[in-house]
Amino acid sequence: MSKCNRCPKVATLHITELMKGEAHEVHLCEECAQSYLQNSAGENAPAAGPGGLIKSTSGLGEAELEALEKLVCPTCKTTFREFRSQGRLGCAHCYSAFREELLPLLENIHGDTHHCGKFPKRAPDDSQKRYQLIKLRNDLRLAVAEESYEEAARLRDQIHELESRTTSEASE
Amino acid sequence: MEIKDLIQLRGEWMRGEGPDADIVISSRIRLARNLAQFPFLSRADDGVRGEIERTLHQNVVELALGGQLTYFDINQLEGIDRQFLVERQLISRELAESHGSRGVCFTRQENVSLMVNEEDHLRIQVLHCGFELDSCWREISRIDDLLEDRVNYAFDEELGYLTACPTNVGTGIRVSVLMHLPALVLTKEIQKVFQALQKISLAVRGLYGEGSQAMGDFYQISNQITLGNSEEQLLKKLKDVVPNIISYERKVRQALVKESRQALHDKVSRAYGTLKSAQSISSEETMHLLSSVRMGVNLGLIDDLPIPTVNELFMHTQPAHLQKLRNSSLDSADRNAARASYLRQRLSSPQPGDQN
Repeated sequence: MSKCNRCPKVATLHITELMKGEAHEVHLCEECAQSYLQNSAGENAPAAGPGGLIKSTSGLGEAELEALEKLVCPTCKTTFREFRSQGRLGCAHCYSAFREELLPLLENIHGDTHHCGKFPKRAPDDSQKRYQLIKLRNDLRLAVAEESYEEAARLRDQIHELESRTTSEASE
Repeated sequence: MEIKDLIQLRGEWMRGEGPDADIVISSRIRLARNLAQFPFLSRADDGVRGEIERTLHQNVVELALGGQLTYFDINQLEGIDRQFLVERQLISRELAESHGSRGVCFTRQENVSLMVNEEDHLRIQVLHCGFELDSCWREISRIDDLLEDRVNYAFDEELGYLTACPTNVGTGIRVSVLMHLPALVLTKEIQKVFQALQKISLAVRGLYGEGSQAMGDFYQISNQITLGNSEEQLLKKLKDVVPNIISYERKVRQALVKESRQALHDKVSRAYGTLKSAQSISSEETMHLLSSVRMGVNLGLIDDLPIPTVNELFMHTQPAHLQKLRNSSLDSADRNAARASYLRQRLSSPQPGDQN
């Protein structure tokens, strides 16, 4: 399901625009669609595609943006600001790290904040360990990007060790 | 199995049978799932994407889904083959157009497909012909259980299945029904349907899902919310509302037959005539005309064309299918000529000159 290109709500209108013979897609919630349709065709239209998403942070001041920047998922280092501009969370732990900020958003999208439905029959294993695996993988990604290969090798070993412990427990 | 072998087969969901198949082409359910020990894809570099793909590839191909499974590494496929799988409804446009390690596993009947590394690590899809949501749900839930025996899903007791985008969190389910609504479009009644659906938070999309245009009077109706309702409740929402749309479409069709039979018969026959004799035709015009013909068959105005053939023509006249049938890559003008030739050949008794 897509997010409105202009705000965090769910898009209910999916518009395909023809500009210079090329099709561009715009996803909008009802409110934003109203203002979109009122504006003269094309001029204020958000550019489509992942790079051209209208940032939902665009209406915020400097101080607010800084506050969003400081909210960071400890596991994958995604900031709440990144989430607001891309509409995607970085890992499962983001849901806990940003819980307070996410709940009103979920309420807005779904009209509810509690899962009611299927759940995995097998009890999920220790979430701390899973988060640690995600964190190690993120550290590894950064280490490789910074060309710290010794660090990367150490992290890889740690991942393998933790991974094998998790697997052996899962099969018990 | 290779891509070229698929062209000889027909997805089981295209049989044109099942409840209310004159109006509901297919029922589809998809589940979004992520593996607990990996970050979501926005935080996965090539290495992690590869690990996720290997983990899921290994597990999905071993699932007991009743019969032979095919797995394609999407990254290894050419653009036209990816487009072919999109046209066949086996993968999404998003999976076709993204990058890095990703794949799709599907059954021979093409009823079940599992996409790896789409927006989430795993997207499971089950597709049945006609209005058959319950059987879709039973099948997909069973597949989900089978996978759950093998992998750990990212799950939170309060928020349910965790997904990359919070719009899918909770059940991770999208229940959708693909409907053919030519009479409602013709009479512009369709707008009322859209507005009513929006009020009960159901979304309307075109043939290829998210962001696609409505082509050939096909619309996908699906749930918008995923959290706070159980899967059965979300299914029920569609099971309650879709029959109303079906009877609305039927009522308008009957009114058209009664009040303007001649005009309707004329429209349908002209559409059929054009498809049978055009020398060059775009895929858009083909969709449009086939839609009229499909309605004509269902109303008994055309009696020499079975619905499964019409369904097949919808698919085979699309760009990638057409090029696969011709076994060559064609530019737009050549495609239009090839499409017209293919239609003439399929809709009349085969003539030697038609084969190209």
